[in-house]
Amino acid sequence: MTLAVLLIVLPLIGAVLCLGVSERAAKTVGLIASLVVLAAATLLAFEFPAWTTGTFWPNEEGWKLFTAFGVEFRLGTDAVGMLLIILTAVLIPCSMLVSFSAITQRQRGFYAQFLFMESAVMLAFLARDVILFYIGYEFTLVPLFLIVAIWGGQDRRPAAIKLWVYSFVGSVISLVGFIYLAAGHATDTGTPINFSVQTLVEYGQTLPASTQWWVFLAIMGGFAVKVPFVPVHSWLPLAHGEAPTAGSVVLAGVVIKIGQYGALRFAFPMAPEGALALAPFFAALALIGILGMSLVCWVQNDVKRLVAYSSIAHMGLALLAMFAFNVVGMEGGILYMVNHGLSTAGMFMCIGIMYERYHTKDMEVVGGLMQRMPVWSVFMVFFAMASLALPGLNGFVSEFLCLMGIYTADAGMKTGFPGILGPTYAFLAALALILGALYVLRMLQKFVFGPLREPSHGHGGHAHGGHDSPGAHGHGNHAAHAIQDVNFREILAMAPLAIACIVIGVWPKPILNVIEPCAANAVAPYVKLIERDLANPPRATADESATKTTAAPAADKGAIQ
Amino acid sequence: MTPAILAASTNLGPKFMLIAPEAVLFAGAVLCAVMGLSHARAFRAMVPWIAVVALIATFVTMLKVWTPEAATAAQLPMPMLGKYIIALLCVVGVGHVLASIGSVDRAVERQVASGTGAFDPVRVIQGEFYAFILLSLCGGMLLCHATDLVWLFLAFELCSLPTYVLVAIGRGADRSMEAAIKYFFLGAMSTATLLLGFAFLYGATGTLELSAMRESFQMQAQTGGIGSVAIVGMLLAVIGICFKLAAVPMHFYAPDVYEGASSPVAAFISFVPKVQGFVTLIVLLGTVGWSANGDSSIPPVIAAVLWMIAVLTMTLGNIGALLQRSAKRMLAYSSIANSGYMLVGILAGPTVGIDATLLYLLTYGVANLATFGSLAAIERNGHEVDSIDDLAGLRVRAPMVAAALAIGALSLTGIPPLLGFWGKLDLFVASAESHQRTLLVIMALNSGVAAFYYLRLVAMPFVQEPTPRTQGVSPVPSVWPRLSALIFAAGCIALPFFANQLKGEAAAAARTDLDKQATVAQSVEK
Repeated sequence: MTLAVLLIVLPLIGAVLCLGVSERAAKTVGLIASLVVLAAATLLAFEFPAWTTGTFWPNEEGWKLFTAFGVEFRLGTDAVGMLLIILTAVLIPCSMLVSFSAITQRQRGFYAQFLFMESAVMLAFLARDVILFYIGYEFTLVPLFLIVAIWGGQDRRPAAIKLWVYSFVGSVISLVGFIYLAAGHATDTGTPINFSVQTLVEYGQTLPASTQWWVFLAIMGGFAVKVPFVPVHSWLPLAHGEAPTAGSVVLAGVVIKIGQYGALRFAFPMAPEGALALAPFFAALALIGILGMSLVCWVQNDVKRLVAYSSIAHMGLALLAMFAFNVVGMEGGILYMVNHGLSTAGMFMCIGIMYERYHTKDMEVVGGLMQRMPVWSVFMVFFAMASLALPGLNGFVSEFLCLMGIYTADAGMKTGFPGILGPTYAFLAALALILGALYVLRMLQKFVFGPLREPSHGHGGHAHGGHDSPGAHGHGNHAAHAIQDVNFREILAMAPLAIACIVIGVWPKPILNVIEPCAANAVAPYVKLIERDLANPPRATADESATKTTAAPAADKGAIQ
Repeated sequence: MTPAILAASTNLGPKFMLIAPEAVLFAGAVLCAVMGLSHARAFRAMVPWIAVVALIATFVTMLKVWTPEAATAAQLPMPMLGKYIIALLCVVGVGHVLASIGSVDRAVERQVASGTGAFDPVRVIQGEFYAFILLSLCGGMLLCHATDLVWLFLAFELCSLPTYVLVAIGRGADRSMEAAIKYFFLGAMSTATLLLGFAFLYGATGTLELSAMRESFQMQAQTGGIGSVAIVGMLLAVIGICFKLAAVPMHFYAPDVYEGASSPVAAFISFVPKVQGFVTLIVLLGTVGWSANGDSSIPPVIAAVLWMIAVLTMTLGNIGALLQRSAKRMLAYSSIANSGYMLVGILAGPTVGIDATLLYLLTYGVANLATFGSLAAIERNGHEVDSIDDLAGLRVRAPMVAAALAIGALSLTGIPPLLGFWGKLDLFVASAESHQRTLLVIMALNSGVAAFYYLRLVAMPFVQEPTPRTQGVSPVPSVWPRLSALIFAAGCIALPFFANQLKGEAAAAARTDLDKQATVAQSVEK
């Protein structure tokens, strides 16, 4: 418990220290603080007894600060949360390392914002009370907004405002869902209001299906903004495009994961019937996202936006796999969270390192960088391959599991992994793999291989760097001959992610062992429901959807032939 | 008259005991007014501090005299409401006094100090200014003692009248005169509406005593429903109160008046009249419905009207705020929207909603003072800062003020874990628990809209770089407005640690004794 509290408090102390020291010392203080947090997270990981049990630990109530509001200060997490905590603790120092030379103005504020964010994220991953989770979830917005708005690129202000409004409205909608559940529990049982996750999960599952439908729509609708799902995704490419490198790394690696984590932890268990009923709707949105965003990536020349759009497609696949409601799919979706955090963060770091040297992210302007920065190119190709799901790297494991989960999740199939969705969905999602290969290879071909293209003197630097952006500093004018390959510090920032990618890729067994019990827990309520539906075909909607999913592949095959 | 009421009216001793805090405050107000006319500059400079000391003394006196036994003996409809409201008005009132130090008489005092002008009692207004602040607070506190409509009305007016004067004298500009005239005439109209409503209520029940009125309504409800005269009276009273809340349909004056008033006065009139309005509303609605166990509720017509007022108020307030370029006008619309939120608590009823509204009054008061106080703590070329553009890059010119402004705005947005979030959470829960789902959703969407415009108060000082226009922006000479804004911004961060206690106090304040009194009266009759 002490360690769990420390994980939340230490970054806060670090942030305050950062604001207090001199401008020059801020980066060192920030890095040291984040390393201390990493040490605390490592200690917690060693102390964590629930790696393979799927239970929550320490799950103890700390300060009784907000009990009058029904909010327990109860901390605890399971293996999935633990993985995300470690991911966060690793990504924050890495993203700080990569900004040492990129951020030259208002450094105190910059490093402090990252530590504020780390604290909030840790709280969100550790909370066993929805309001406590909400505090962390919502508070990430303030530092994130400031990071994009102050240290971002040229269009940083509209991007930051869009980020703020979308995320705020989304999270308030989730909050309404939580409050509705908690208030229902309070009035039904005649007890004072209680926001404990355990209570709400137990209560939510007893509600009639029609109520659960609304509850799921509200909670998941809010998280859908953060994941993001398609009609509400437009803030993400903007935010990524304008955020400083470290901001993109943390946004892609950690913050949007809170959305998926929230879906897994709250939306799915609190309203299983609602989730089943709405699964086709969300699955369709996810598919539109996967395919649509992959196509968008194909024509995107701004590398950073390309990665941002691809990340919408990837998160769509991860969520789609979760909506399959079987163990394999859930496992794949959870592992995808971690893997996407590693590989996308790595790609954003590479792009940031390049941007620092050329002040452009346009593939038409800059390309063939293999000849100028060979080591950098190795990292870039590596992370691109990881996100492309090259066998042997981490992306492959999760993508394979996701597709398998989606494919086998056919109510009629006797695979031992019952679920909804089915081969049609798997087929469409797999199309995205091909598209993914297309756009990633196109990017690599233009950007890394091919003839060397560099911005001409004086142009690239100013047009894209933006003289009013404090984040960009100008040595763009006499850049071309002074371009250096990645230095030791930058390798140090990227290496942990690359190593993790390889380890998970070649030896996924341990991490899968850890995830499996959690995935099994997550699908447990659904297994019961699906079995009930299979046993009682009279439920008209289930019957219809079952016939639909079996009939659809035939139609698809016909169309292909 | 029933014996119980006779007993109540003759039993004045406990009542006088309980108004000891207000008596202290009144003495402080008189002292302020007198000291403001002193020839000695040092004495005149002491006036705000007399006000502060008076408020602290009031607070201490209240803690001494306001015991549950004393409140029950005085037969107040809501025995502990006064304790909460007096504490709230004292604490936030001290902040308001600090925020206004140096805002009046600055030119005159400078002339006197430099010897270019002689002291002229007619030209200085400092004494009146602080005396009126204290009198208005005193009126707000007296509202909680009301056991009949006459007392309620007199306290209501004592709270209102000084605010009109404050608007007029606070700034010494033509616009403040215009604002004061507007405020005064509309205020007079709203008071007339309120009084007409009271007359109808008297006509419908034949009594001015709140507890007797409640009995009469309960009897009417059992025999064919509450009469239309009473409903009309109640509606008229609600409309009159809406002016004080700056709620639709009486909201339109707020932006003009706030803009015309000086920033400290605008801060004052965006808070104290709201306390006044909500206390009156709570006391008044307690007579037509609402029992301690929450089984009876207010008549459907009144509930429907309040529902519409709440929805329209928060929606129009937020949309209006979106369109503003003036910080004060924006905050005026924001205060309209916040009234809408608080009405949700009123609609949710006594068991879950009233304490939520009372708690929100506190969270709003603290965050609002941090925000408005920050505006009061800076000036541009010696004039009040008004446009949002003046706040660009404020962190360079006045970092502490910028921080206070941002924290206040974030708290008003409801960003957790700041104080404002807990107020909002409580209102959300109240509306969900009272099955006001539509209201819950509308309120949530509204706070999404609000997040957009409050963001300007964070982004302008911290994200924007200073512009040539903001060259002249500097903190005001007096350090106290800055300190007041900072203290209350710190309150937004620190008070959540005492959220349990605050919520407990609010819940205690929301407890009503009307039923108990009614049963006592019935048993006495038997």
